[in-house]
Amino acid sequence: MISFSAVAKRYPGGGEALRGVSFTLASGEFAFVTGRSGAGKSTLLKLIPAIERPTAGSVVVNGQNVGALKRAALPYLRRNLGLVFQDQKLLYDRTVYDNVMLPLAFSGQPPREAARRVRAALDKVGLLARERANPIALSGGEQQRLAIARAVVNRPAVLVADEPTANLDAESAARILDIFVSFHQVGVTLLIATHDQALIERYGKRVLRLSDGKLAA
Amino acid sequence: MMAWLRQHRDALARAFGKLRAQRSASLLNALVIGVALSLPAGGYALLANLQLVAQRFTLDPQVSVFLKAEAKRSELEGRLRGDARVAQLRFVSREEALQELRRSEGLAEVVAALDRNPLPDAFVVRARDGSAAALEALAADVLAMPGVAQVQVDSAWAQRLGALARVGRLALAALAAVLATGLVAVTFNTIRLQILTQREEIEVSQLLGATDVFIRRPFLYLGLLQGLAGGVLGLAILWGAMAILNQGVSELAQTYGSSFRLAFPAWPDVLAGLGITAFLGWLGALLSVSRYLR
Repeated sequence: MISFSAVAKRYPGGGEALRGVSFTLASGEFAFVTGRSGAGKSTLLKLIPAIERPTAGSVVVNGQNVGALKRAALPYLRRNLGLVFQDQKLLYDRTVYDNVMLPLAFSGQPPREAARRVRAALDKVGLLARERANPIALSGGEQQRLAIARAVVNRPAVLVADEPTANLDAESAARILDIFVSFHQVGVTLLIATHDQALIERYGKRVLRLSDGKLAA
Repeated sequence: MMAWLRQHRDALARAFGKLRAQRSASLLNALVIGVALSLPAGGYALLANLQLVAQRFTLDPQVSVFLKAEAKRSELEGRLRGDARVAQLRFVSREEALQELRRSEGLAEVVAALDRNPLPDAFVVRARDGSAAALEALAADVLAMPGVAQVQVDSAWAQRLGALARVGRLALAALAAVLATGLVAVTFNTIRLQILTQREEIEVSQLLGATDVFIRRPFLYLGLLQGLAGGVLGLAILWGAMAILNQGVSELAQTYGSSFRLAFPAWPDVLAGLGITAFLGWLGALLSVSRYLR
């Protein structure tokens, strides 16, 4: 599903964020990416939807070498990925419902089907009762769940989340992880970046440990 | 196909929503475009009216040939009839000419004061080819004929007026080009500001898989609507200005016994004008959003 081979990423004017990273994530697999701040977790995740491009090596998602994709092809790659961003990137000028509707507006779903999917996604993360609220009125955990609802509304086969439990209390974090586990159970491939060691140990999934841009064994 | 139509409808609805949400700013923008547009549109309308007047006379390609007193009428008539360029020939005797003059407004007294008829015999020649060059050539040839005292191309002044109108038209085209550039610049800037206020939405949409075409669409509609609104305002300004001008014009025309009034541009011209402003608005938006999306 996702395959990195000898991937390096160097930011202009900065050091090397990733060096010789190789791993393969099978379809339906659930893995954590962990490491200290600045170890390269976010960079690694950003390479998958081609938000960043590798300076060396190749990143293959679903058989496509995403590092070599043309700009015009990127939207179609991203529509098949569920992305939860570290800063969530919610839009505060519209309701919870409309935030989740956003990715459906450009994938051309019929309105009735779109509405059904938005409600299903909100229901999945327990926010159906808040659909008319503005995201600003939601708690941190709720905002995170809203970001997840938006990521899964297109029913992607792959879900990539960057620090989805950062700044959340243990209970809210556990609730988020439970949602991810439920997606894993229906066959979604998951890659989640976190520095929360307790969380990783509790779930006992595969761990990709980054240190100074390199993958530890 | 349905999805495509729906996306266009949604984009149009969003553009309308933005216009509504920023009513005063949108109105001001439309006003800027409208005022800029009303200048060349007004000039164009005036010229079109002027050309209409000129055309009325050029439609009649007449040459008046005045004879010398000792001229042999039948010989000259034969030569003129033999000329392939002459379509019609009418002889006006000096008596007839005087009669006609007597009937003209305000000239009866002048004629009465004359102790003898000062007018010459004349032929009124209607040419086949009404262009200025052909008429001038014909006039020159006729003047060389024996017994011809003077040749006058009656439509010459109308031709000159037409030519003047064409020069005016060129000047207007230049003005219109400058103002069209201004219109594109105004929309470019408006859309740029609009993009800046929606930077976040655009960024998120890109990250979630929106194509450039999708992101561009509502901005293109916004530019188009703004251009169109400017066009409507510009025409309204023109209409108002012509209504005011026409009061004076009809008074002036009445003193000449004419019921002439400035005519508002015809529907095809109005629609073309609106189409052009809408296109220019769209173009400004396209340049702006393309530059942003790069």
